[in-house]
Amino acid sequence: MAVATQPREPAGVDENGSAGKPARGTRPVSGGASGDSAVNVFSHTVLIGWSILVMIPFLWALVASTKTSREIFGDPWALPASPQWSNFSSAWDKGVGDYLLNSLIVVSGGVLLTMLLGSMTAYVLARYEFRGNRFIYYLFAAGMMFPVFLAIVPLFFVVQNLGMLSTYHGLILVYVAYSLPFTVFFMHSFFRTLPTSVAEAAIMDGASHTGVFFRVMLPMAKPGLLSIAIFNVLGQWNQFVLPAFLSPEKPVLAQGIATLLASQRYEGDWGALFAALTVAMVPVVVVYLVFYRQVQAGLTGGTLK
Amino acid sequence: MQHGRYPFIVGFLILPLTLYGVFVISPFVQAFHYSLTDWSGVSPDLSYVGLQNFQTLMRDGLFLQALRNNALLLLGLPAITVMLALFFAFLLNVGGAKGKAGVQGIRGNGFYKLAFFLPQVLSVPVIAVIWAVIFDPTSDGLANSALGWVGLGSFGWLADPNLALYSVLWVLIWGSVGFYLVLFNAAMSSIPRDIFEAALIDGAGRFSTFVRVTMPLLWDTIQTSWVYLAILSLDVYALVAVMTAGPGGPDNSTQVISLQIAQNGFQFGRAGYASAMGVVLFFLTLIIATVMLRLTRRERIEY
Repeated sequence: MAVATQPREPAGVDENGSAGKPARGTRPVSGGASGDSAVNVFSHTVLIGWSILVMIPFLWALVASTKTSREIFGDPWALPASPQWSNFSSAWDKGVGDYLLNSLIVVSGGVLLTMLLGSMTAYVLARYEFRGNRFIYYLFAAGMMFPVFLAIVPLFFVVQNLGMLSTYHGLILVYVAYSLPFTVFFMHSFFRTLPTSVAEAAIMDGASHTGVFFRVMLPMAKPGLLSIAIFNVLGQWNQFVLPAFLSPEKPVLAQGIATLLASQRYEGDWGALFAALTVAMVPVVVVYLVFYRQVQAGLTGGTLK
Repeated sequence: MQHGRYPFIVGFLILPLTLYGVFVISPFVQAFHYSLTDWSGVSPDLSYVGLQNFQTLMRDGLFLQALRNNALLLLGLPAITVMLALFFAFLLNVGGAKGKAGVQGIRGNGFYKLAFFLPQVLSVPVIAVIWAVIFDPTSDGLANSALGWVGLGSFGWLADPNLALYSVLWVLIWGSVGFYLVLFNAAMSSIPRDIFEAALIDGAGRFSTFVRVTMPLLWDTIQTSWVYLAILSLDVYALVAVMTAGPGGPDNSTQVISLQIAQNGFQFGRAGYASAMGVVLFFLTLIIATVMLRLTRRERIEY
């Protein structure tokens, strides 16, 4: 992982007025010429511009969740005359509660099993020499490159033949299978960096291989496990392609949102749609704001390898 | 140390390998197999038709339209995203005031990264729904009313066949820039500071430092990003499926390969034909990734 070397800076330092963002031009602090503060002002203008472009759609969706359909389209920039909290109950009536529950069950099962099986595989491949080790490793690595659409049609029939379409366990197993490549790849390099001496000492003391893994190695691998767990939680929570084809009867939240958009095109209850969006967005944004360093490191870390 | 070693290895690997084999490897292999058949997906019988599916593909107007649309995304998405992300990373890293330590990173660096990265953590349908409504083609739509302030007229966005694919491209860029900004920023901050200071002492300005020093040192990362974005432009599905009318409309102006695979495989009962499309997608991905890595290969700089 490459991130986490920058100095920690609180978000939104700008209010402190340093670095000449308000363009007063008289700040001698930076000791630079006026061209210097011009660059600074320009930089902040551009960066603030893009921040607004990124955040407006989300903020707008939050506000729209308390507006009537007429207000959303009639006066898109206005605040609601009176907040329509009933949007949330009508979103609930349209099945958002069920979608949310389906997502929670599938993602918690999927992530737990992914973490367990992924780190077991990675550990064996990283720490034990045996015939076929490299082959299995490359088999997993190859799984990261294949476009999922190559597999989607046969995958549907595999799941159908197993009688697992639109079931929790079917979706969980498929999520795990498609999360394994990156998890194995990531944890493999992590287990390689851990010292061998502790494990050897434990073996000397008569611990079994399994015991060493669960009692010694897994606790040592906690930082890696945390990054990859966040990665998998977000990835599986946001998964759309797999459930869209494999779980039509038991939609997860991302799917439900898409279905709701389609039905609002003739039902016209846009406030409820945005209420559903809010339910889908807020938990993820909260997780992101709390763990944002780990999230950014986890999501970008794998790309750099 | 040898005691119980093999049972342990087998015991740990058996479950993950079975899952991976059943749900990942086998469908991929089957796709190649089915691409040579006329399998409908509904009935169990199928017969081998050789390369006939691939010949039909070459004359399938809808598929060719989808290929052209993917090609446009492929031309636009990696180039624009990488350039914007590099530009923002440049501003973050050298846009700050000049202090005693030379050119500095900008204040509020953390806030900008936090904000720019946000679309990356939300699911594509959420983003697609928000933008589908923002792109409301009436003059009261959010995008049109904002453009109205600066005196530009209103646009049809996703409802306009000439504009729909560009609207999709915009949302893809909008969602990806933050991720690559964070990636480039991480790579930049692992470059030792004294390299920049040396360049500054030699009288190089911010811009030439960036082009001559930073970019070459980041080349590996830029190259990887380019390939990832290329794959994304070939793979795009959820955004188009949720956001566009039809999906793929209007007038098939946002038709893409993945939509064609889904329609043929699941609606038209042409699973064999859809698998052939999947195989084409696979080879396109492989070829484009290889070509891009070759074309952009440069000598690696160690530091």
